[in-house]
Amino acid sequence: MSTENKKALGILAEFANPGELLKAAEQIRDAGYRKFDVHSPFPVHGMDNAMGLRQSKLGFIAGIAGLIGCIGGFGLQGWVSAIEYPLVISGKPFFSFAAFVPVAFELTILFAAIATVFGMFHLNRLPQLFHNVFYSEQFAKVTDDGFMVSIEAGDPKFDETKTKEFLTSIGGTSLEIIEAK
Amino acid sequence: MESTVKSTEAAPANGKVPLILGNPTFNTVTETISGIVENKPPRIWWGIFSVAVVLAAMGISMIGYLIWEGTGIWGLNNPVGWGWAIVNFVWWVGIGHAGTLISAILFLLRQRWRTSINRFAEAMTIFAVICALIFPGIHVGRVWMAYYMFPLPNQMGMWPNFRSPLLWDVFAVSTYFIVSLMFWYVGLIPDLATLRDRAKKGVRKYVLAAFSLGWRGANRHWQHYEKAYLLLAGLSTPLVLSVHTVVSFDFAVSQLPGWHTTIFPPYFVAGAIFSGFAMVTTLAIPVRHFFGLKNFITDKHLGNMAMVMLLTGYMVGYAYGCEFFVAWYSGNEYEQFAFINRAFGPYAWAYWTMIFCNVVVPQIFWSKKMRGKPIVLFIASILINVGMWFERFVITVTSLSRDFIPANWDYFSPTIFDVGIYVGTIGIFLSLFLIFLRFLPTIAMAEVKFILPQANPHAHENH
Repeated sequence: MSTENKKALGILAEFANPGELLKAAEQIRDAGYRKFDVHSPFPVHGMDNAMGLRQSKLGFIAGIAGLIGCIGGFGLQGWVSAIEYPLVISGKPFFSFAAFVPVAFELTILFAAIATVFGMFHLNRLPQLFHNVFYSEQFAKVTDDGFMVSIEAGDPKFDETKTKEFLTSIGGTSLEIIEAK
Repeated sequence: MESTVKSTEAAPANGKVPLILGNPTFNTVTETISGIVENKPPRIWWGIFSVAVVLAAMGISMIGYLIWEGTGIWGLNNPVGWGWAIVNFVWWVGIGHAGTLISAILFLLRQRWRTSINRFAEAMTIFAVICALIFPGIHVGRVWMAYYMFPLPNQMGMWPNFRSPLLWDVFAVSTYFIVSLMFWYVGLIPDLATLRDRAKKGVRKYVLAAFSLGWRGANRHWQHYEKAYLLLAGLSTPLVLSVHTVVSFDFAVSQLPGWHTTIFPPYFVAGAIFSGFAMVTTLAIPVRHFFGLKNFITDKHLGNMAMVMLLTGYMVGYAYGCEFFVAWYSGNEYEQFAFINRAFGPYAWAYWTMIFCNVVVPQIFWSKKMRGKPIVLFIASILINVGMWFERFVITVTSLSRDFIPANWDYFSPTIFDVGIYVGTIGIFLSLFLIFLRFLPTIAMAEVKFILPQANPHAHENH
């Protein structure tokens, strides 16, 4: 399309299997790269440590949301039954909290589950319909049986030739410089 | 080479049969499962689908007539004010529970065989809950006021009664539906991305791209994704137990003999799992046969499901016996009458159908040979579904039809509309399920790949 030189956006390398990918991730981490990712059709066991990722914070998000659901559930029922619309039903007290347990429980689960799903989307920055790796033709293999590594050009250690040599030396094949189309 | 590591080489040394047969590579998993969606469906699909759509259309038109005319078109009478609508509701919700059991509880218990069946069991859950939700929606009579069930501020200043189990049910079943739907969708994202990457240009590609949210299999995503999956499994487990507990409260919290028993919550949950596994089996056997999935849904899977049915069948059998014991032990003559009437009264035929289907039929699963025969399993699972429908019928109708004062007694007979709407929901369920089979991956590809021996990063080291 344009005549000027295309700018490299990153580099992509394929590895043979999950074991190779795991070793590659360790070596890339140790070489000091930060803006890199590994792509696989399924989660690879032990990869978080190999990449040096910290534990996911999703549990806290879900826990806090669950707590809000629980307190909100009791609050809603107590407010409706004792303050806003008090009705005597079977001679029970207005704030008959034992009867409020099932609804408060369901709301705890509901809030925690919604927070889990949308919290996961937020932490993953999804939906993100486009990403530079999608410029690559071979990248489609990742959702089938491809195990790939991508290093972004934004990484301070990124250097087109050196990074390419490095990835080859650790067993990467089908190397590709990602360029905008 | 990723694809040349054979299962036999990396197979567990303890000599167990592999979970997925036929030594598949990652690529053959993708090809087999995606192929179902990408190629034309077998002719039988159209056959069943057309029947299902006709039944669904009949059911929906009858629901239309019900809304027009009112619940008087049902066979309800004075003591029996709660007929097939609640029976069908409980039956459908119960069926849904196996999907959650497979996707959540078996996940937490590290039962890796679940990966072959969890996707369509979860789909079954969602469609069963849709069918279930139809009944409380329409049995209120004035459907346009169904929103009264929710605590919405309104100009009348009215609020629902939070001390009623029927309101707990609204919260339990709606939460269950929303959580199951989210769990199912989260599981689908990587597989939708697979289909997206295989799709040629066009509408199909755009739709798949939108629903797969730009998934790129990145480990920075998998990290949070796996955590989300674990959390959802952990949340769904108490949820599924609570849902049928709350459903049983609809009965147990009332004062009626035959309903007012403390065994109901565990008894209902066991029954739900029992009927749900029966439905999973009923669906799995034809699906694996007609779509060539025998390497994925193996005889081992069917055998495991048969054993779950055998176990939960004993739990409901125990509950049937225990109810009689407690009725006798209570010394309460109304309670005793309710149970003698159940087994020997005008509904004895329904009671003994239930006992035959739920207690006698599962005994065949003691035999390993019988567990290995899909046709036996298929017929037994249908009988169990029938039996579980009768269980809810027996509980609901026998208790109501003969309560405290003989002058109140009456016999309940269904009308054509009771039957039609019930059969209609089976049509709705099957239509939705067949559409699912046609457009979404029936088996969770990413999860199946994960349990293949070569997916273990240490399987590739040279020893």
